[in-house]
Amino acid sequence: MKINIWSLLKILAYIAIIMFFLFPIAWIFNMSFMTNDEILRKVPVLFYEPTLNNYIGLWKGEIASEGFATMYVFFKQNLINSAILSVGSVSVTLLLGVPAAYAFARYKFKGGEDIAFTLLSFRFAPALLIILPLNLYFSKIGLYDSYFALIWVYQLITLPLLLWIVRGYFEDISPDIEYAYRLDGHSWFQSFWRISIPLAKPGIAAASLLCFIYAWNNFVFALILGSSQIQPVTVGALAFITASAIPYGLIACGIVVSVLPTLVLALFIQKYLVQGLSLGAIKG
Amino acid sequence: MKINRKLFPYVLTLPALLVCVGILIPFFTAVYYSLQRYNLKMPHMKGFIWFDNYVSIFTDPSFWNTIKVSLTYTFFTIIIELLLGLGIALLLAKRNWLNNILGVLLVLPLMIAPALASLIWRLLINPNFGIVNYLLSFIGLDDFTWASHPDTVLFTLIMVDVWVFTPFIMILLLAGLRSLPRQPFEAAELDGVPEYYKFFRITLPMLFPFILTASLFRLLESIQQFDIIYALSQGGPGESSMVFQVSAYLQTFQYTNIGKAAAMMVVLWAICYFLCHVFVKQWHKLKIKTKGELLQ
Repeated sequence: MKINIWSLLKILAYIAIIMFFLFPIAWIFNMSFMTNDEILRKVPVLFYEPTLNNYIGLWKGEIASEGFATMYVFFKQNLINSAILSVGSVSVTLLLGVPAAYAFARYKFKGGEDIAFTLLSFRFAPALLIILPLNLYFSKIGLYDSYFALIWVYQLITLPLLLWIVRGYFEDISPDIEYAYRLDGHSWFQSFWRISIPLAKPGIAAASLLCFIYAWNNFVFALILGSSQIQPVTVGALAFITASAIPYGLIACGIVVSVLPTLVLALFIQKYLVQGLSLGAIKG
Repeated sequence: MKINRKLFPYVLTLPALLVCVGILIPFFTAVYYSLQRYNLKMPHMKGFIWFDNYVSIFTDPSFWNTIKVSLTYTFFTIIIELLLGLGIALLLAKRNWLNNILGVLLVLPLMIAPALASLIWRLLINPNFGIVNYLLSFIGLDDFTWASHPDTVLFTLIMVDVWVFTPFIMILLLAGLRSLPRQPFEAAELDGVPEYYKFFRITLPMLFPFILTASLFRLLESIQQFDIIYALSQGGPGESSMVFQVSAYLQTFQYTNIGKAAAMMVVLWAICYFLCHVFVKQWHKLKIKTKGELLQ
């Protein structure tokens, strides 16, 4: 009988884990297909006719409901902002980070480790310490509320991430291949571009997707350094939920479209996630 | 074009370094502000006051409350996430179809922005229609107050943090468990060593580098948590969930007291710097260790 109790406990544990971690996501998806009336019932409805009205309303930016004036929502712009900020940040990070990661992996140079660790320490410095003064600076020099300024500040999280992950991948490539290629009369840049980068490509791709996720999920930078014109979905959704009279289905729908990109990307980088999340400390 | 061999690595890292410098300037500005009387509403009062801001925050009971709340939050999130993460990792360690699927799906909460995770939970625990309230009513918990009462708000925040970040610990420990060498376990099997003994004497010690890495990452993030708390309770009700960064945020944007906010952030930075120092040292050792011994 002992074994039966164990397996029963195990099944209960599985159910509890699934309920706690996955049910909330499933329920938000579910809510996004409901009308406000269906959501507001005291006893939740399980069977209802799913409607795409929330999604259509979100896209069009206006909600017409009976008895109320037509409301305008701004959420599409937040989505576009998120895309611009994340793609922009990752591009800049790739441009700055890949050569630096290569240098840290290949060369032992004076101060090299110090620079690498200083960059890493940004990842763990309190964000507000840096953005409060930046906020005052940006207002002074007219950079407040610009994509450029935000993308620059986003480097705080994306650059160390990419640097440390990609460094690990470059370290795994034997330098002999590069030397051999260069002995054939090719320049350093040719060997970097034709040999090193293609070999580290899976790592670079995974690292940039992870950077994208981190940039997309960032909240505090845009909250402080941008107006609603350029704020991403994370900030936009909070404004959405605190504004009165927006139907709950629409809020749920806003959340769903905000989390969907990162959830889908996460599935693509499964294999690289452990190494990425631990900044290369643990190999998955 | 020939670049000096010695200079070359610096050329490669220069662009990243420049961004670095752009960030270091505001950092030193913040330290400078923390030594000034600087309130945006009273610009003419601006002046150098040495450590008065620090004296003022450390003699302020609400700052001690902030420290207490931050440490409570950090302590409970890390303990719960570690135990739960380890438990789930052990449960999923064996490779079969169910465990493989769950290993993928359970990472999803981690990929959701913490601020959005807070909003998801706000919809689930809404007093009017929250599904969680409905489910809890079956076990007699009809009117759980969640974030609206000082006694339960920390619990609610910790729950959301646990929801988002347990997968982080889980996925790291799972990778650790699956990379452990088989021999010690086979030897123990042959000797007929009891299960609990195997767990405490073989599994846990070998897993330790992974546990340390995961918990140190979480420690540094948890003590600075802003997104979850700002999006759910904004430090309220009253000051019952006021943590470092939320407090500094309000100090800046409500009371416009830049000097005091900067002093608070410098204190938090000092704590993080200390932790980071411990962390980087251990981490470098671990990196060598995991590369050299465990995974070869």
